[in-house]
Amino acid sequence: MKINKDSLTVIKKRSGWQIIDFQELIEYRDLFFFLVWRDIKALYAQTIMGFSWAIIQPLIQILMFSIIFGKVAKISTDGIPYILFSSVAIIPWTYMSQSMTVSSQSLVQGSALLGKIYFPRLIFPIAPILSKLVDFGFSIAIILGLMLYYRILPTWNLLCFPLFFIMMVSIPAGVGLWLSSLAIRFRDVKHAMPFFVRMLIYTAPIVYSASSIPEKYRIIYSLNPIVGVIEGYRACLLGTPFPWLYIWPGMITAAVLLISGAYYFKRMEQILVDVI
Amino acid sequence: MNNRNIALKVEHISKCYRIGTKEDVHDSFGASVFDFIKSPIKNYNKYRSYYKFGDIKPDQGNGPKNDQSDIIWALKDVSFEVKEGEVVGIIGINGAGKSTLLKILSRITNPTSGCATIRGRISSLLEVGTGFHQELTGRENVYLNGSILGMRKKEIVRKFDDIVDFSGIAKFIDTPVKRYSSGMKMRLAFAVAAHLEPEILLIDEVLAVGDARFQKQCLAKMKDIGQHGRTVIFVSHNMPAVTRLCPRTILLNGGRVHADGDSHKIVSLYMHSEKSTKAERKWDDMIKAPGDEVVRLCAVRVKTEEGSVTDVMDIRKPIGIEMEYEVFQSGYEMRVYFYVINENGVTVFPSFDSDPAWRGKPRQAGRYVNVGWIPGNMLSEGTFFITPAIYTISPNIRRYKVEDAVAFQVIDSMEGDSARVDFTGNMSGVVRPLLKWETQFRPKGSKVTTEAKG
Repeated sequence: MKINKDSLTVIKKRSGWQIIDFQELIEYRDLFFFLVWRDIKALYAQTIMGFSWAIIQPLIQILMFSIIFGKVAKISTDGIPYILFSSVAIIPWTYMSQSMTVSSQSLVQGSALLGKIYFPRLIFPIAPILSKLVDFGFSIAIILGLMLYYRILPTWNLLCFPLFFIMMVSIPAGVGLWLSSLAIRFRDVKHAMPFFVRMLIYTAPIVYSASSIPEKYRIIYSLNPIVGVIEGYRACLLGTPFPWLYIWPGMITAAVLLISGAYYFKRMEQILVDVI
Repeated sequence: MNNRNIALKVEHISKCYRIGTKEDVHDSFGASVFDFIKSPIKNYNKYRSYYKFGDIKPDQGNGPKNDQSDIIWALKDVSFEVKEGEVVGIIGINGAGKSTLLKILSRITNPTSGCATIRGRISSLLEVGTGFHQELTGRENVYLNGSILGMRKKEIVRKFDDIVDFSGIAKFIDTPVKRYSSGMKMRLAFAVAAHLEPEILLIDEVLAVGDARFQKQCLAKMKDIGQHGRTVIFVSHNMPAVTRLCPRTILLNGGRVHADGDSHKIVSLYMHSEKSTKAERKWDDMIKAPGDEVVRLCAVRVKTEEGSVTDVMDIRKPIGIEMEYEVFQSGYEMRVYFYVINENGVTVFPSFDSDPAWRGKPRQAGRYVNVGWIPGNMLSEGTFFITPAIYTISPNIRRYKVEDAVAFQVIDSMEGDSARVDFTGNMSGVVRPLLKWETQFRPKGSKVTTEAKG
C-alpha cells in the first residue's frame, strides 16, 4: 500500500463563491468514470433492443414530425428535404433535452449516496451529460444514413462541428448545474421540468425554419442557445451557409449559463446534504 | 512539526440545523385562502432559512431570550485529537451528535464553525453496500462500489480476486445484483469494504446490520485494521464491542464532549449517567403504563431477601426482581421474564417465570406480583440493569418490554467468603460464581490422599 501521509485535509466552513476544484476532480476521475459507465450499462439493462433504442426513439420522432409538419402542415425548410431538415435538429435536441432532464434530477435521485459518502458533488450532474453522449453517438447514424440517401457530401463546413458539439454539451451542463442544485432545495423543479422541456422544443428551429422568425425579434430569439446549436448543426452537416447572427448570441448565453451554473452549484454544494 | 503523529485534529467544531416550526392554523375559510395564495412566498422563505444562519454562535441559540428557537446544535464546540494508529470509540445516546460528527469528518456535510485537520486518506464505512446498482453484475458492482468508497481503479483491479475470494460468491460474480439474496449482497459489499486500505477509517453502526456471523467478521476486520497501525473511529451503541476494540472512548452528550478516556471507565460512566435508574420504578397512571389492553406493568423493584427495596446488593445474597402487573383481559397464557444486563451492555442472561403453580395456565384478570430470585454468588460486582417484559403465548405478541427499567449495584464487602476469597484486585468477568474447588495432594514419597471430598 502506498501511504500518502502528506495528504492533508482541512475541514471547515467554506464560504461564498469559489471556483471549481479541478485538482479534486482529477483525484476522483475513476469514480467519475465508473458513474458514467454505470449510467450507460444500466440504461438498457434487460432490454431486447439494447442500444437500438438510442436510434429508434429519435427515428420515430423524426418520422412523426416529417409527416405532421412536413407533409400535413407543409412547413418551409428553405429547400432541404424535411426529413433531413428535422433529423439534423432532432438528434441534438434529443440529446440536450434528455441529458438536461436527467442531470437536473441527479442530486435528488442520488440523495442516498450524497448523505453517505463524500466525493465532489459536481460528478453527479455532469455524469449524465457524458453518458447520454453514447446515445447521441448511436443516433448520429440516422443522419449519416439520410445524408447517404440524399447524396449530400460533407463540405468544409464540417470543420466547425466541434464548436457546435461543445456548445451542445455545455447547454444541458449549464442547465443541469443550475437545476440540480435548485431541485435539492425546491422540489418544484421536478414538476416543472417535463413541461419546461416540452415547451422548449418550440423555442428553437426544430420543426420550423429560423428564417420564418421576423427580423426585429431575431436577436432576442437567438439568445436561446439551442437556436445556435440547431442552426450550426444544419450548416455543418448540410453545407448551407452559417447564419452567424443566429449563433453568436446563443454562444454567449451558453457560456454565461455554464459558468454561472458552476458557481451556483459550488455555492449550494456546501449545504446540499443538510437540505436534501 | 511536532504534530507528525496526530492523524486527526478536531478544533471547536459546531454544527447547527434548523428544525421545523409549527404551521399557522386558520379558523376561517378566508384566512386559509389568503394563506394559500401567499404560501409560495412563505415556503420560499422557509426553505431558504434552512441554510441561512447569519452570525449565530454556538453559545447563543436555544436560550429563552433568543428568537432562534428553531435552531438546534447537533455539535457544540467539539475538540479532540486522535493519534496515528489509535482506535477510538464514540458513544452517546441518540441525538448526542455522534453521526453528525462522523458526517463532518467524512466531509459529507460542513461544520457551521470550527475546523478539523485530517492527515492521510480517510474512508468511511457508514453503511455497507452504499451505491450498489441493482442492474449491474457483482463484478461491475465491485468496481463501482470500490470507487465510491475511494479506491483507485488500479487498486481494485489488483485486489479483485481477493475481494471475490473473500466474499465467497465467485460463482455468481457475473449475475446482476438484483438476483442476489440479501446475504450475498452483504457479503460482497463487505468484501469490498474490507479491502479498503485507508489510513483513517470511520465506522458507524455497521455492526447493527447483518447476521451474527457477519458481525463477527466485521469485528475481526476492525481489530485487524487497528492492529495494523491504522486509525479507526468507531461510532456504536454496542458497548461490549466498544470496550473490546477501542482502548479509548469519547462520550458525547448534547453535542459536546462529555468525557474522553479509557473505554472501560467511559462506558461505565455512560451506562450510569444516561440511565439514572433506581431500584424501583412505578407507574401510577395505568393509562400511561407500559403495555396494552391485555396487560400493563405497574412496578418493578429490586429487593433483598428481607424484603427491603435497595439498589445496593451484597454479592453473596440472593437478589429478588419483583414485577407487579395488572391483567385486564382474562384467558391469556403469559410468558413473564426479565433480562439482566451489565454495565457494558452485555445481556448476562434472561430469565423466564417458571413457577409450576402458574405455568401453562391462562391468567385471570387482576393484579399479579412476580418475583424472580437471582442466587447469591452469581453476578459479578458492578451495575446491573433489569429489562422486564411480557409476552402472551397465543397470539404470540409482546405486550411490553421496558429497557433498563431498574438498576442495582452488586458489591463485595470483602469479608473473605465470596468468590474473591482474599483477592482484592480488579476482577474481570460477567458472572462470579462461587465454585466448589477440590485439591488432590500427594506429599513426597506417599500414596495419594484425597482432601476435601464431598
